[in-house]
Amino acid sequence: MSGEVQASTEEQQEMQDTVVSPEKAEEVKLKARYPHLGTRPGGSDLLRKRLQKGQKYFDSGDYNMAKAKMKNKQLPTAAAEKTEITGDHIPTPQDLPQRKQSLVASKLAF
Amino acid sequence: MMAGVGGGNDFQWCFSQVKGAIDEDVAEADIISTVEFNYSGELLATGDKGGRVVIFQREQESKNRLLSRGEYNVYSTFQSHEPEFDYLKSLEIEEKINKIRWLPQQNAAHFLLSANDKTIKLWKISERDKRAEGYNLKDEDGRLQDQFRITTLRVPVLMPMDLMVEASPRRIFANAHTYHINSISVNSDYETYLSADDLRINLWHLEITDRSFNIVDIKPANMEELTEVITAAECHPHQCNVFVYSSSKGTIRLCDMRAAALCDRHSKFFEEPEDPSSRSFFSEIISSISDVKFSHSGRYMMTRDYLSVKVWDLNMENRPVETYQVHEYLRSKLCSLYENDCIFDKFECCWNGSDSAIMTGSYNNFFRMFDRNTRRDITLEASRENSKPRAILKPRKVCTGGKRKKDEISVDSLDFNKKILHTAWHPKENVIAVAATNNLYIFQDKMN
Repeated sequence: MSGEVQASTEEQQEMQDTVVSPEKAEEVKLKARYPHLGTRPGGSDLLRKRLQKGQKYFDSGDYNMAKAKMKNKQLPTAAAEKTEITGDHIPTPQDLPQRKQSLVASKLAF
Repeated sequence: MMAGVGGGNDFQWCFSQVKGAIDEDVAEADIISTVEFNYSGELLATGDKGGRVVIFQREQESKNRLLSRGEYNVYSTFQSHEPEFDYLKSLEIEEKINKIRWLPQQNAAHFLLSANDKTIKLWKISERDKRAEGYNLKDEDGRLQDQFRITTLRVPVLMPMDLMVEASPRRIFANAHTYHINSISVNSDYETYLSADDLRINLWHLEITDRSFNIVDIKPANMEELTEVITAAECHPHQCNVFVYSSSKGTIRLCDMRAAALCDRHSKFFEEPEDPSSRSFFSEIISSISDVKFSHSGRYMMTRDYLSVKVWDLNMENRPVETYQVHEYLRSKLCSLYENDCIFDKFECCWNGSDSAIMTGSYNNFFRMFDRNTRRDITLEASRENSKPRAILKPRKVCTGGKRKKDEISVDSLDFNKKILHTAWHPKENVIAVAATNNLYIFQDKMN
């Protein structure tokens, strides 16, 4: 009997939490989909990802390994994906598509 | 529902112009990344992801056209930045223009600073309406004459020509930022400016490109200890020794350059206390400040975080004096907004000329305006459907639950790809520029 009462109090608390904070409800949803999220200080991970935007190779060792790998593979033709692992999918500098100058004028200027 | 400078109950916003292509397929390069009026409002500059700058000039108001103000037409366009690859650091450098800031006009030419992730450039935009004719050493087509065939000397004469607007890079401020530049701000002394990246802020002299002073450095000795980054910075509009910078943790630091050469210790620290019981995984992310702007008066500053805009009194550090909810209904969608990365979108905000109203963007091409005096707010939409000349913009409303009324849009129907991140308000008049992906909308108040 008392066990039931206790359970319903917990339920009530949970309901209250959901009602009081939609944010917490969203957090529960997220953690359900990604159980390992937030086990390390999330702030640092996100920040470091932000600082590393545009990084193609981690270091020269990475670059040389990529070069060695590429010798045995065909040149990838697709543009770099966002989910690529640095060093694995990217061609060497010689193979990087030359970024041509933008010769096309902005469409706002018409 | 109305907003704007001291408008009466009749105040309404109207469509004025839209620039850009109509096609559904938006090229990445055409996405507008910054919008800025110059000090007089005569010029309006945009920068895009393709590294291009387009400047519009307002045409002179003609007395015959009673019902509208001058339109903005293309004045100049140029390629400001090119994509680069830093082989030493193995870093791809985007040509996207992060910020444009105008310098106050001091002579006939106009100057602006444009910045991508790594380099700032000072551009001079000048008009040429005369051409010299009658050179001695070259003929009319520019071909060099044979010196020995010249028997007389003449003085070249200046002749009128069709107006040509030229943009030339006058200074290139490079190699001073290891991380990505998020802000530039011209100082009120008109001699210096600051540039801020994720971890450092530098002070430059406009004439000197080979060195800059580092005035803020928050890089920890051990990068594992990194807890916050600089998200925006701005110089005080009147006090040339004061600047502020905001962080990813929702705090703002005000620094005084007279206090020390390195402003790592702030003079003022602005932070709103948080209720610890309401803290969630998302708290820090949504508190990250994406933009900070001083009021024209210099007495207040405004910050934009993911869900709100806050106005701070510089004399009160412990909490903002005003808080405006931009799209509170998104709080119950944070999980999916995290998954699709929208939670990291960086919205900007701006003041009107008299500091009585503020504006910021949202999703679905909606943008919001708040009147600080009447406390009224309005949601408007930048859409081609509402683009007849002088068409009055109808207020929009998002339905947050329960029965959806006619003309309301439900939260789940919002298009999160249509983000309005960049908006600008004319420094003196009720004219606003709103960047909707690859289109630039100009709205103005209805003139009676």
